[in-house]
Amino acid sequence: MVKYTLKRLFYMVLTLFIIATITFFLMKLLPGSPLTNQEKLSPDQQEIILDKYGLNDPVPVQYVNYMTNLVQGDLGLSFQYDNRSVTQMIGERIGPSAELGFQAIVFGTIVGILLGIVSALKHNTIIDYAATTIAVLGISIPSFVFAGLLQYFVGVQWQLLPVASWEGFEYTIMPTLALSVFVIATVARYMRSELLEILSSDYITLARAKGVSAPSIMIKHALRNALIPIITLLGPLAVNIMTGSLVIERIFAIPGIGEQFVRSINTNDFTVIMGTTLFYSVLFVVVIFIVDILYGVIDPRIRVSGGGRK
Amino acid sequence: MHKRKFSIFLVLMLAVSAVLAACGGGSSSSDDSGQTSDKGGENNVLNLSETQDIPSMDSALAKDAVSFAVMDSVMEGLYRLGEDDKAVEGMAEGEPQISEDGKTWTIKLRDAKWSNGEPVTANDFVYGWRKVLNPDTAAEYAYIMYDIKNAAAVNSGKMKPEELGIKAIDDKTLEIQLENAVPYFKELLTFATFLPQNEAFVTEQGDQFGLEADTVLYNGPFTLAEWKHEDNFVMKKNPEYWDAETVKLETINTKIVKDTQTDVNLFESGELDRVKLSSEFVDKYKEQDGFQTVKEASVFFLRLNQTSNDILKNVDARKAIAMAYDKTGITDTLLNNGSVPADYFVPAEFVQGPDGKDFRETAGSYLQTDIDAAKEHWAKAKKALGQDTMELELLSYDDDLSKKVTEYLKEQLESNLEGLTVNIKLQPFKQKLDLETAMDYEMSLAGWGPDYPDPMTYLDMYVTDGSHNQSGYSNPEVDKLVQQAKTTLLTDEQARWDALVQVEKLMMEDAALAPVYQRARAYLTNTDAEGIVYHKFGPDYSLKWASVTR
Repeated sequence: MVKYTLKRLFYMVLTLFIIATITFFLMKLLPGSPLTNQEKLSPDQQEIILDKYGLNDPVPVQYVNYMTNLVQGDLGLSFQYDNRSVTQMIGERIGPSAELGFQAIVFGTIVGILLGIVSALKHNTIIDYAATTIAVLGISIPSFVFAGLLQYFVGVQWQLLPVASWEGFEYTIMPTLALSVFVIATVARYMRSELLEILSSDYITLARAKGVSAPSIMIKHALRNALIPIITLLGPLAVNIMTGSLVIERIFAIPGIGEQFVRSINTNDFTVIMGTTLFYSVLFVVVIFIVDILYGVIDPRIRVSGGGRK
Repeated sequence: MHKRKFSIFLVLMLAVSAVLAACGGGSSSSDDSGQTSDKGGENNVLNLSETQDIPSMDSALAKDAVSFAVMDSVMEGLYRLGEDDKAVEGMAEGEPQISEDGKTWTIKLRDAKWSNGEPVTANDFVYGWRKVLNPDTAAEYAYIMYDIKNAAAVNSGKMKPEELGIKAIDDKTLEIQLENAVPYFKELLTFATFLPQNEAFVTEQGDQFGLEADTVLYNGPFTLAEWKHEDNFVMKKNPEYWDAETVKLETINTKIVKDTQTDVNLFESGELDRVKLSSEFVDKYKEQDGFQTVKEASVFFLRLNQTSNDILKNVDARKAIAMAYDKTGITDTLLNNGSVPADYFVPAEFVQGPDGKDFRETAGSYLQTDIDAAKEHWAKAKKALGQDTMELELLSYDDDLSKKVTEYLKEQLESNLEGLTVNIKLQPFKQKLDLETAMDYEMSLAGWGPDYPDPMTYLDMYVTDGSHNQSGYSNPEVDKLVQQAKTTLLTDEQARWDALVQVEKLMMEDAALAPVYQRARAYLTNTDAEGIVYHKFGPDYSLKWASVTR
């Protein structure tokens, strides 16, 4: 297991290195300079500023400089946010994004599993149809539409929850709901079909015949097996949440990292583009890593075929 | 069946407890939210929003609307911008003493304090200005100081910062040497780049200066009391401010809200006192009390690249294009925010001449929409060019609004000028700038806002080979008059003004560019709030004179 993990870690670092390199050169293809008032400055005035930041050096030199700093853990200074360190910026903005993402995935998964179980158990009843309808709507309606509706009705019209901002738990409810809709729908759909399949399988019938109690069958046998595909889903869902949060953070005025990412690209804030891209890449790679490990925990067969277990 | 029910119950219980556990972590901070929900109800507490965070509180680096607005509230230069964009007293006491040739300004400072109790001295200005022009600072707005003696040379590293034309005669007396006796220098002094900085404090803070609320010093009507990045910032009345008795607001809360719909929703729920409306919201709110439009000094126009092809080299073709579209269709239908058709290049309600009259009253209007005249010019152009069908590319920004404006222009030009095909090319902002700088375009929808309160900020764009000309336009008469207005005519205000009026006339007669509209913004303000002063140059608005009575 240790060797396996180390190997995975090596690949993670390699992946990140490649991502950093590709992003760096792609970014240098972006037109324009990071100057806010580029259109107002004469070429000479632009030179003075770009010189100071080493942006007039040949691109390979800039690349070596950047990577040297990166290895030392220095992400550089932002352009738009004059001289604020990118590490500090990401550090400050990661909190709300992480809290929102975590809540959305936890809430979404739990509700999704519940919904899936209910509709599997109440197969072909009104409840099942209702749950399936919710699932279809959740997958097809984009989260920002749902966010907009929530904000207008729950926030403005009924005044049940604060409209926007990030000042305490009640401020997180609507964004969490909006962001988790897709998770709920996806998880519910998978859970339902998995459970239906498992509940009609031979070993469940056998367990019933042996007189195992219904809750025990459900929890020990059916649920545990049905959860495997859900865990596979968590990886892509987490990524979905990361990208979905870009819009949700904007709508609910959440001081998160998503908006920063988009803005940095529009303003050519090179160091911030690199910093946030790397941050998202790390997150993504780590999520995949965790999912792989979790997978092994739940299903021993995978551990074995993964080749790492001693 | 009975057992199955139990299993559902069990799973439900598990799930509910898990949800509760997950929520438990976040609820610790919910206590303080109670306060924030009633903060809308107090007197002299103003709740605003901005679409982005303050990039930095280092005045030397200020380069965006949010910084300019916040610095106007919490800092003060020699003069500050008052109503009608006139300079009023700030750190300077009384009027400046100006030498005969207009190039030496001696300014007395009042007794004022920084927020750490230190006095504001002449040296703070000397230090602050030298810092801006020092190439190591890499200040984007350094060029705004180029009227000061040796400024350009200092900025390009050819001279030392100590050689800049500013010196402290004593703690309370400042002497400024100018390259040119610019008539608008007093208003220019209100610009954020000219703010003072306390050397001892800046040195002590090092690279943290300007990054947090407590790593900056304040000498304005308010101080920045709290600054949660990307979230909100709070300004409080500054009791040490020299004119504190004029200041009525106690607290200004500003939220960072990036989405207009969210902004409107926050206004509707009473959490904001003012919201900036984009075009699609105007119809819904324009009858409501507190709706107002504020004209900006930004003019949008078509750049016509006269080096790209023979068509745009032809003056009749340019005139035909400039007169062939109905500008009101853009301002009243597409923009719908108080923007007005522009039959000019120097905006209306921007600057007044020595006679106190608006520039636009003295100057005429040019290139008004006139389809018949456009058709005549077009026929002449066709004849001269010997072509019956022509194609032109129209470059524009890729945002939704610009897209609509561009499509409208295409439709108007094509239907009014027979044989013309307009090909739209939409590009992201930075890419568009690059194309314009490289003159790799034919026509381009562009905007221009003022850097200083003088028609020159528009008019010297089009001198031969000017770095903002970007169209190959060249008229020796324009060059000559601009040169004179910048040098020999500086001491004769009326003659200079006449020259500027003449420059615009020449440019318009040549159809050097095709004006489209002058932009405005629409605000919806709570009727309890009064006295917010809007500007056309420098900060978008000032809060020094504002008040809220609930």
